Amino acid sequence: MTNYIIRRLLLVPLLLFGVTIVIFGMLQLLGPVERSALYIKDFPKNDKQVQAVIKQYGLDQPFYVQYWRWLTGVVDPVTGERDGGILYGDFGYSRTASQPVIDIVRERFPNTVDLALWTIYPMLSIGIWMGVQAAVNQNKFFDQAARVYSIVGTSFPTFVFGLLLLMLLYAKAGWFMPGKQSNWVTALIYSGELKQYTHLLTIDAILNLRFDVLWDALRHMIMPIITLSYINWATFVRVTRSSMLETLRQDYVVTARAKGLKEKDVINNHARPNAMLPVVTLAGSSIVGLLGGVVITETVFNYPGIGKAAADAAAQLDVVTILGLAIFTGTILIITNLIVDVIYAFIDPRVRLT
Amino acid sequence: MTTQNTTIPTGDNRLLEETRSTKKVGWLERTVGTDLYRILKGMVKTPTSVIGMILIFIFILIAIFAPVIAPPVGNDPYKMPRDGFMGEPQAPGSPWTRNVPEIPFWYKAVTGNEEWVHLLGTAQGQYDIFYGVIWGTRTAFQTGFIVVIATVLIGIIMGSIAAYYGGGVDNIIMRITDIFMTLPYIMMALIFSAVLTPILGRSLLPPMIAMITFGWMGYARIIRSDILSIKERDYVLAAKASGLKNGRILFKHILPNAIYPTLVLATLGFGDVVLSFAALSFLGIGTEIGYADWGQILSFARNWITSLDRYWYIVVYPGLTLTMFVLGWNLIGDTLRDVLDPRMRGKI
Repeated sequence: MTNYIIRRLLLVPLLLFGVTIVIFGMLQLLGPVERSALYIKDFPKNDKQVQAVIKQYGLDQPFYVQYWRWLTGVVDPVTGERDGGILYGDFGYSRTASQPVIDIVRERFPNTVDLALWTIYPMLSIGIWMGVQAAVNQNKFFDQAARVYSIVGTSFPTFVFGLLLLMLLYAKAGWFMPGKQSNWVTALIYSGELKQYTHLLTIDAILNLRFDVLWDALRHMIMPIITLSYINWATFVRVTRSSMLETLRQDYVVTARAKGLKEKDVINNHARPNAMLPVVTLAGSSIVGLLGGVVITETVFNYPGIGKAAADAAAQLDVVTILGLAIFTGTILIITNLIVDVIYAFIDPRVRLT
Repeated sequence: MTTQNTTIPTGDNRLLEETRSTKKVGWLERTVGTDLYRILKGMVKTPTSVIGMILIFIFILIAIFAPVIAPPVGNDPYKMPRDGFMGEPQAPGSPWTRNVPEIPFWYKAVTGNEEWVHLLGTAQGQYDIFYGVIWGTRTAFQTGFIVVIATVLIGIIMGSIAAYYGGGVDNIIMRITDIFMTLPYIMMALIFSAVLTPILGRSLLPPMIAMITFGWMGYARIIRSDILSIKERDYVLAAKASGLKNGRILFKHILPNAIYPTLVLATLGFGDVVLSFAALSFLGIGTEIGYADWGQILSFARNWITSLDRYWYIVVYPGLTLTMFVLGWNLIGDTLRDVLDPRMRGKI
């Protein structure tokens, strides 16, 4: 086990290096002037000053020199202040949002986590339940319906589904709304009445015992949750069903039945736990996906998460901002992937040997 | 042949019967070969894939006959004609006053109208949705074909080099694949197209290049694992023993036998590519405003979410078209997978 974890950990720097190289490579497609946003807030209009900036930050140097400076930043010889340097958490300055990229991350990432937290449970529980039911009732009505759903579900574009939800539940019925919170909640946060312990709105609401705030937050979140669950269920049904069918054919399941166990026990206690291995992999990658910024869902519902920030910056062609966000999400994904892999190795010992 | 069969002493009788039965080989099977014939037969026999093929066939017809269905207005047929500059979307059936197209022969018989009206309404800025849907089909096929072919080619090249040479080369290529796979696809495609847009201008190119750059890894992995298993076969050894060059063994002997699963994945991928492309345009990346492209019409809806119940047609028509298109490919891909891998039949 230790061996496996060490090997897996050794992969992390490699992946981080690769991801940064890919993203830095994209940055190199820009001109030196645009790239100066990595280090300074506003670029000078005067041509002479532009050249000075390029020289100071070495924007005309070879690839590897610039890459190193990008990682570690440039120290001002006079004041000793450090400009840039993603290793120090400085991802550059966002000209469209008029704030450092790291501040966007700080503001938006909790929202993405909040949404992910509330999506995980319905996504996993209902998805797995449907898959198991489909396998147990193979070729009956529920199974056929689930199979049709899994194909239609993967074909239904997220944003079309989201827009239809908005049309029915928001514009027509007015039950739920897009965005993140109502104005009075924003006012409450600004006035300091709602203490922000975690910056996750729903958790903060619970900790403050303000259930009206919680209800408001959930009303804003319910449509993205439905959308995200809906797409993921389609894959979960597929994978759970096929894995469950495979397991139900195993000899030990026949033995369990032959011993005279109730069908319910056979399925719940004997077959299902063993059928869960591929599902765990899928669950891991789905959760990683939720944290990595669900760009489309957040954009459709105007939910201010990391994905929405990236989409906004991309639509305004603010490259330094989106690449900063990409570095951040890339790092988050590598770390969550690592955690998922280690958990998986605990569950399935076979993985450790490969 | 028959003597061979009868010498099998025991075993599965059903299997024996099957091998013994003198199946008639039709002209089609003789011309296209057994493998392809089996695939075609499976495709025609499965109702879901028939539905899928009908859907795609309709879309192909629409794409081919786009100039007849929606006669181009102005020089660029891919620009949705606009009937003025009013902000609000106009309902289906509202009269068409400016930039009226010629009336095609089918128009009166199908709609019963004398004059052109906005059949499916107009989007914001009075872009005609009907034109967007019809000409958008061509956009979808174009982007789909180019991106799928390019990603499959890159995937095949990377995967086969990795698998055939093995060792360090394999390690390097597969680690590069890992790195690209770590990055979330839609986000990276979005970012890369945003980087390319100032360089190449607003067109179909930036999102397509971005999708190619971040889309080849799946194919590379599949083809690599298939080649790895085929590489050990005796006929490859025979080819090596007879002194053939590496490249020739790879392209003439290994690839043709390893390529089927990748091709299936590619058909499945077609729908996904069109979907991602539409998603990128929905997010505001890609073609200039007014280009006939499903994602873009849908992106107009983002400005009207408070009154989508009144302007349902800007979501429903392009949304339905896109869904049907993707569904068609997925239905075909699903059946293809079953046919090519009978062990998986009914399981996925």
